[in-house]
Amino acid sequence: MRAWWAQTRAEVRMTIRRGETLLLTLGIPVVLLIFFSLTHVTTVPAGGRINFIAPGILALCVLSTSLVALSIATGFERSYGVLRRLHVTPLGQRRMIAAKIAGVIATEVIQVVVLGLVALALHWHPHGGLTGTLHAALALLLGSAGCAGIGLLLAGRLRAEVNLAASNGLYLVLLLASGIVVPLASMPSLVRRVALYVPSGAMADALHSILGHGAHVNATDWWSLGLWALIAPLLAAKTFRFD
Amino acid sequence: MQRLGSVFVSYAIDVMNLVVQFPSLRAVDDVSCHVAYGQVTTLLGPNGAGKTTLVETLLGFRAPTSGSVRVHGLDPVRDHAEVVVRTGALLQRGGVWFPMTPVQVLELTATYYDQPREPGELLALLGLEGCARTPWRRLSGGEQQRTLLALALLGRPRVLVLDEPTTAVDPEGRQVIRELIRAERDRGCALLITTHELTEAERSADQVVIMNHGRVVVQGTLDELAGDALLIIETSRPVDPIELGRRLGCAVTAVEPTRLHCQIASTPDRVALVGAYLDEHGATLTSLRTRASLEERYLDLIAESTRRSS
Repeated sequence: MRAWWAQTRAEVRMTIRRGETLLLTLGIPVVLLIFFSLTHVTTVPAGGRINFIAPGILALCVLSTSLVALSIATGFERSYGVLRRLHVTPLGQRRMIAAKIAGVIATEVIQVVVLGLVALALHWHPHGGLTGTLHAALALLLGSAGCAGIGLLLAGRLRAEVNLAASNGLYLVLLLASGIVVPLASMPSLVRRVALYVPSGAMADALHSILGHGAHVNATDWWSLGLWALIAPLLAAKTFRFD
Repeated sequence: MQRLGSVFVSYAIDVMNLVVQFPSLRAVDDVSCHVAYGQVTTLLGPNGAGKTTLVETLLGFRAPTSGSVRVHGLDPVRDHAEVVVRTGALLQRGGVWFPMTPVQVLELTATYYDQPREPGELLALLGLEGCARTPWRRLSGGEQQRTLLALALLGRPRVLVLDEPTTAVDPEGRQVIRELIRAERDRGCALLITTHELTEAERSADQVVIMNHGRVVVQGTLDELAGDALLIIETSRPVDPIELGRRLGCAVTAVEPTRLHCQIASTPDRVALVGAYLDEHGATLTSLRTRASLEERYLDLIAESTRRSS
């Protein structure tokens, strides 16, 4: 427990000190939140722009932290031999991954608070009450586990530079095709169908339902989020290479 | 023999007929060797000899294709968690998070162990106090290497595996590392060290294992490796080896014009005879050794092994 806690604190400290990670996890989401809320470059469903954009940006936070930032940082740790050295210490793979996940969750809590405050300042009125908030937190948690699994899957197999390109490419594709800032309804039907089966799409859809409309999350979203949360980390653990 | 828990273990490291096969290369081919507690074993060999693959197999990075490896009597892959608690390792390409300082990484790593050594004590021991608060990326190669060694020592290991510990380390740093190796051996720790620094190996090794093309060429103590009795004479100018051989009563070979090898043990009378002969021929004795250096033996053995395998 002592090792895990110390490692988690070190992970959070390093995340906060990495300028590029701060830009990715806080800078870009805040800019996108403000930009898409105040401009009309996309058509959003009725009910106010901010009420559509804010839940999508929360999903984007999870995508940027759990998938992209985690994947890039872990890929370079692997490339610089940090993971290789950790492999021959008693920290162990499980505690190392648990510390990384805890670090990601801590970062996401900070993101949700900061972005929530910015969104409230832009007149966001989240729906759903306490139950909705708990459901939204569960959707974020499951989405985070799925995205982290994908991130570690990439970082544990690809060369650092290839992983950097793949993670950033995936970020861009998922940002545009998951209904985060552009509504799924305005996408081609194939993209619409596929989006609900990727963690960021299911997460964005769930958050739009809960926080945007105070509605129930459809079963497909929960199944999609649950399966990704289970399968991606298991696959990452199975295939992860320390060197 | 050492007791670890309820089990008695003969060797700290025991490698039996180890084979590690990669898709297009047999990196380790039927290697057997062992390291006892309180012993320093140096693993030598040219690049690509299979040393690092052997070390990585000992540390559980990969399973053997066939044969077995045991560290403290445990399987490094199956019993990895138990092996790493008792083993310290300095790896090639083993790194630290760039923004962390030596003191930060030592304090963090100390939390992984139940009874770690004091980070401050290790920083002092390895002469790292001056750079203890310098980020990893700004440390010199030698300082990074000494920090990695401090990390390997943190958990009071019973086995230390050091892959090229003196790379990029200055002479003062090497002296510190040499003393540390001696102290760990005296404490009863088993040390397996890979190096290209033959002088370092000669200074600290109890046993030497020389590998080439994935195989063990020879293993033994420095005395065993030195081979038969040999008198190596270096002179200021060339002299006739046949005539000198006649005086000494043995075969003398001129390896170089001013370097002669006599297949004979050194005695005071023979040394006096050599001196007198050189005097008569207007030459002086520049060096006289009673056995080949490790470097000479190593080069001979590797050349012979390469010739045989080609």
